[in-house]
Amino acid sequence: MSVQLSVDGRRVDVNVDPRTTLLDLLRERLDVIAPKKGCDHGQCGSCTVLLDGRRHLTCLALAVAQDGAEIVTAEGLAGGPDGEHDLHAMQRAFLEHDGYQCGYCTPGQICSAVGMLAELADGHPSHVSPDLTAAPKATDEEIRERMSGNLCRCGAYVGILAAIRQSAQASA
Amino acid sequence: MEHREGALGKDALTLWLVQSTIARGRVLDVDAEAALAHPGVVSVLDHTNAPILGQGVDEPDLELMVLQSTEVRFRGQVVAAVLAESAEAAREGAALVRVSYAEQDAEVEFGPDTTLEIPDKVNPDYDATSDDGDVDAALAQAEVVVDQTYRTPYEHNNPLEPHATTALWDGERLRLVEASQGPYAVASSLAPLLGLDVADVVVTSPYVGGGFGSKGMAHAPAMTAALAAITAPRRPVRLAVTRQQMFALTGYRTRTVSHFRLGARPDGVLVAIDHDVVEQTSRWKEFAEQTATSTRTMYAAENRRTVHRLARLDVAVPSFMRAPGEMPGMFAHEVAMDELAVACGVDPIVLRERNEPTVDPETGKPFSRRRLVECLQRGAELFDWAERPDDARSRADGVWWVGTGVASSTYPAKVMPANQATVTSCEAGEYRVEVGAVDIGTGSRTAMKQIAADALGVDPSCVQLEMADSSIGPATVAGGSSGTASWGAAVVAAAQLFRADHGDSPDPGLQTTASAADIPAAEDHALHSFGAIFAEVRVHRWTGELRVPRLLGVFSAGRIVNPVLARSQFYGGLIMGLSSGLHEDSYRDPRFGHVVTQDLASYHVAAHADIGDVRAEWLDEEDFVVSPMGTRGLGEIGIVGTAAAIANAAFHATGVRVRSLPVTADSFVS
Repeated sequence: MSVQLSVDGRRVDVNVDPRTTLLDLLRERLDVIAPKKGCDHGQCGSCTVLLDGRRHLTCLALAVAQDGAEIVTAEGLAGGPDGEHDLHAMQRAFLEHDGYQCGYCTPGQICSAVGMLAELADGHPSHVSPDLTAAPKATDEEIRERMSGNLCRCGAYVGILAAIRQSAQASA
Repeated sequence: MEHREGALGKDALTLWLVQSTIARGRVLDVDAEAALAHPGVVSVLDHTNAPILGQGVDEPDLELMVLQSTEVRFRGQVVAAVLAESAEAAREGAALVRVSYAEQDAEVEFGPDTTLEIPDKVNPDYDATSDDGDVDAALAQAEVVVDQTYRTPYEHNNPLEPHATTALWDGERLRLVEASQGPYAVASSLAPLLGLDVADVVVTSPYVGGGFGSKGMAHAPAMTAALAAITAPRRPVRLAVTRQQMFALTGYRTRTVSHFRLGARPDGVLVAIDHDVVEQTSRWKEFAEQTATSTRTMYAAENRRTVHRLARLDVAVPSFMRAPGEMPGMFAHEVAMDELAVACGVDPIVLRERNEPTVDPETGKPFSRRRLVECLQRGAELFDWAERPDDARSRADGVWWVGTGVASSTYPAKVMPANQATVTSCEAGEYRVEVGAVDIGTGSRTAMKQIAADALGVDPSCVQLEMADSSIGPATVAGGSSGTASWGAAVVAAAQLFRADHGDSPDPGLQTTASAADIPAAEDHALHSFGAIFAEVRVHRWTGELRVPRLLGVFSAGRIVNPVLARSQFYGGLIMGLSSGLHEDSYRDPRFGHVVTQDLASYHVAAHADIGDVRAEWLDEEDFVVSPMGTRGLGEIGIVGTAAAIANAAFHATGVRVRSLPVTADSFVS
């Protein structure tokens, strides 16, 4: 089946098997390998991208359902494969605060963090928000809660928190 | 395995594993008809058509003898594999394969009636038993006795990157891109079974997404990919093990039951330590977790005894998981020490100080460095230990009981022999340094470059480092906290010999290969790192929910080559320790022996919201008895003792003693 979508600013028109997940389309067909497959069941967050501006698990999305979608992966945040000198502020913060160890969960963490800060800015409350009607703040507790869909088995959470905290302050 | 350059992946076929659904018996038939009829399926491998392995090999590793017989030894064993043009077709094909079995009775769990054996050795080559003095007599006369049983569950490593192999057979050589902690180890274990020279199996592991021991040896999927590649020459075969399959095929930590008896004087000075371990292995390949070995070295006592007993079961093969032995053994020992402190009315840190040995109790050798007491004291300072109330259940903050706990940590320092490195001079004062090291996320690429630059006396930018390739030559695994010291010692040896042979301004193209030099003093010393772990635990008065707002580790782990990398290892160990303390539990189905909690939604690991203020510090030191860089290794020590510190803090908060992991809410609501 034919779908058209935008991946990291590139227009893509592909025929896909109806069983193909968005993650497999990106990695196996389009050679966009920033999103990682850690569980294929929406349990680890390694495959997180920004889909139409919101963080999304690509392993739980079927490619055929994404016609017209705009997808930004961690690679796209940096301005593409050659974008090493043009890293997104969140990526620079992860580097600065050692927010990773093996790096496998990192592209998902970074996309999730960017999407999470946008949700905060939009006023979405979380499980730990003390007042569901007030504008939530980027406290450590809020960041930890909202980032808990992205597992890091190496245990780099200390650096991840520091990186996101810095980005949140910079964008506040 | 992530890499764009030099990938074998173009035009690859996808391989999907079919696993047994019985624990023990024989495969009667593999019906592949429906699978082969599915569009895109190329072939189905089973025991009738797989290439033959292990010819002329005595006692081949049965874990790697994939598809070689009809025998089923555990539920989840590879009984067929489907090769297809796409992942979708391979997966669908695998679901269409029908396997019929003749089932036999299986024994998949151990209990009071299980036949136990004392193995010849425990991992990797420690004695299974030790016995000094007269433990029974000392315990009979001891004024204070702690006599309790401690349990740790089955645990799975679960690196975020699943195991994956890409294999290409060009008719003479097998090339594998493998998610591995030891490419040379993979090459040297697969090659003989395939009837190939080690040099004809080239394994590369350029980027690896964590391992924690599970990628420390070749497992069945890698061999399955190799077999499939041989049946499809010149086309790469890709196999990605699913998260669910990892729970059966890539190793795990055994459940352990530790019966501890501590005998002491009223002031807490130990007179007897008795540690009796019961654990399990698979019936057909032994891995005996060295659960009691740290007990032999930890504290002074005249009378000491340890024993490991193994149940041999029809289950998947256990293997290395971060600090095999020390992690479960020290959980038991350090909770027992906390119980002794309570029984004697002595502060837990003072108790440990009173039992500090002057030499290694096991061997009588002096320690190269033993700074446990300094770690405890520095940690006490950082953690405001002096303000801690003596009594349990004496501090509350709203609906939360609040407590703090401490535990000691230790891990042996090892420098593995059989590493070699090559230094070659290049143009413009640059050097190429080759060593079969691998970076699984620890930063060993950075550390090796630093060590090479140091040893050559040049700037790191002048070093081109080649690693993670079995064809570089013999190298040991990224495991046992031994990588930096072992590979680094070879790099230092090669650099020094290069300078001795070719001087400080060599012409380009000169080359020296060397192995690590022996350090004679190492033989005469006990080589261990030590640490102290502190935890604050809050337990909800009504729900029993546990939180760990503060976790601190202070370590004496030799020279720190790179503080950023070191801190990350300590944090990672502490957080995996917290994870084991609160969450991890591979629940085994008692009927079939497979893991029921076989994904990350049911096998819980620490998520970001579980983490509070985590801190790690280390004592400045160098240990040249262990390695020429003065390092001792630090990948594992952070996990050791952490779960005990949490259990001890939970006791201090609530007065409820939990002796089995994970420590969960149900223990605190009655």
